[in-house]
Amino acid sequence: MSVEGRESMSYCVSVKRMNEILKELQKDYKIYAPVRFEKRGRYSDTDLIRYAEINSIEDVVYDEKSHFSPKEVIYPITQALFYFTEDEYRESNVDDKKIMIFARSCDINGFRRLDTIFLKNGGAEDIYYKRLREKVKFVLMECKESWDSCFCVSMGSNKTDDYSLAVRFDGDNILVEVKDDEFVNLFANEREVEFTPEFVTSNPTKVNIPEIDSQELLEKIYNLEMWESYNSRCISCGACSAVCITCSCFNTLDIIYSENGRVGERRRVQTSCMHEDFTTMAGGLSFRKTAGERMRFRTLHKIYDYKLRFKEEHMCVGCGRCEERCPKLISFSSTINRLYDEVEKLKKGEVSRTREQAASTEEGK
Amino acid sequence: MSENIMLPHPYKIIDITRETEDVYTFRVETSAKVKHGQFFQVSIPKIGEAPISVSCMGDNWVELTIRKVGKLTNEIFNLKPGDKIFMRGPYGNSFPIEDFKGKHLVVIAGGTGVAPVRSFLKYFYENPNEIKSLHFIAGFRNEKNILFKEDLKNFRTRFNTIYTLDRDKIEGFEVGLVTEHIKKIPFNAFEDYNVVIVGPHVMMYFAALECLKNGVSEEKIWVSFERRMSCGVGKCGHCKINETYVCLEGPVFNYTKVKNLLD
Repeated sequence: MSVEGRESMSYCVSVKRMNEILKELQKDYKIYAPVRFEKRGRYSDTDLIRYAEINSIEDVVYDEKSHFSPKEVIYPITQALFYFTEDEYRESNVDDKKIMIFARSCDINGFRRLDTIFLKNGGAEDIYYKRLREKVKFVLMECKESWDSCFCVSMGSNKTDDYSLAVRFDGDNILVEVKDDEFVNLFANEREVEFTPEFVTSNPTKVNIPEIDSQELLEKIYNLEMWESYNSRCISCGACSAVCITCSCFNTLDIIYSENGRVGERRRVQTSCMHEDFTTMAGGLSFRKTAGERMRFRTLHKIYDYKLRFKEEHMCVGCGRCEERCPKLISFSSTINRLYDEVEKLKKGEVSRTREQAASTEEGK
Repeated sequence: MSENIMLPHPYKIIDITRETEDVYTFRVETSAKVKHGQFFQVSIPKIGEAPISVSCMGDNWVELTIRKVGKLTNEIFNLKPGDKIFMRGPYGNSFPIEDFKGKHLVVIAGGTGVAPVRSFLKYFYENPNEIKSLHFIAGFRNEKNILFKEDLKNFRTRFNTIYTLDRDKIEGFEVGLVTEHIKKIPFNAFEDYNVVIVGPHVMMYFAALECLKNGVSEEKIWVSFERRMSCGVGKCGHCKINETYVCLEGPVFNYTKVKNLLD
């Protein structure tokens, strides 16, 4: 992407003008951003902030972290795959319009993880994901400062250059960097300024990622007593996965609409490896039966085995939504740091309590 | 638009064999080229979809041996020859049959675990010269649960067979779990061999341990995993163990890999 031979052009745009530009964009695009839903929050008299289509720039909630990630714009919580009638079936459709998403750096980096699973893993592309993903252009929302639970810097997801436009909300004006030729004309009459988005370079929360370099160490990690502490705390609700930009697991679910059973659909529904029945097969056999084991599975996927498989980066982007959403106040950054400490102890040969040791102490009582 | 990997197609059921009260074998018309040990995502629209391993295949058909255990399989059991069943696949890797050829082969299977090994057992039954010897241990819970009776009878004539029921004593069958019979296999007499173990998770675990105890080295042992799957193509996440997707890298694994797959 280049703009008249330059990397980009930047403009200062009034709210009024920005809304006119949005109107113009809406001819071709559905535009999504974090939006406030008043009194719809988890606690009484609190608001919910989640992604939805916007009609004006004032709809964009830029000064708070959205409770849900933008993944549901292109990977809906529930999505029809096929419609069945009698003996016929057809694929579900999507809107012809292109998609524009106001997103932060962590989330734009998160989409790359979703791309890896849906477009690369196993060598086959998932068309339900692809048909929406290829419509997407990002508007980077600059983060003025880090929120308490963010640890994007530790995860290396605080920066991105994968965007068409970047915006800074600056009082009555919006500073816009235009990187994508497609949008240059829209801003032709605006006042040019020097602006490129700044990125957060430090978070209050930091994590140390344990380096797991042997099968022997991995087996010891499996047996750490720390996982047991989640058995009583975690309620396996999967809220962490629901808000996670990189959680991609789903169930397929067939439903019948009518009483005569002739019409129905196959849909997929997002799920979580934290759910008790995530591995349960017909007949009842399941694996990872405790919340602690599932917590270990999720943690290692986010900061160990995704990278082991795909090499480039860890799955977790450090957005911190999981710990803000957890009804039992489990902090994922603390979990990572706790694991780091335990792994350091294991590496130094210091005694870390294992499940077996905990069990034998229990018996001795 | 690229091919839709989630799209199933209808196939005609051409025959149904009742193996036991709750296990039927469905022969389905398809020209799909299937390797020994692969599986299909089998579905009935509006009911559901599940992975089912292929228990035998011919030029123009595959057989799926299915236990009636849930919503989908209950519905499949209502189908008649001539009806359509939906499938996509085949998926997964396969048993390394080419490596088995010219060597001794030991197959240890329990219950419906006989289904995924049946196709290559039948292959070696038809082509006995391609293998030095074949020892087959098959275990079932009781007489009512014996599968593939005709095949078992045939296999006796060309393989060294040990058939066993968990507790009951009937003619032609030993008593006890498959693990109790592994020591009867003359592993020391084989210059080169492979061992295939398929069955319930716990059975595979203990059968593998028993083989190791009898001097079998890890790299000679092959197993096949059964997991919940919603896609079969590495997207849904259900079958992942560590960095391994059972649908992509499995369901057949060498023991050297499996011992590191911790749930």
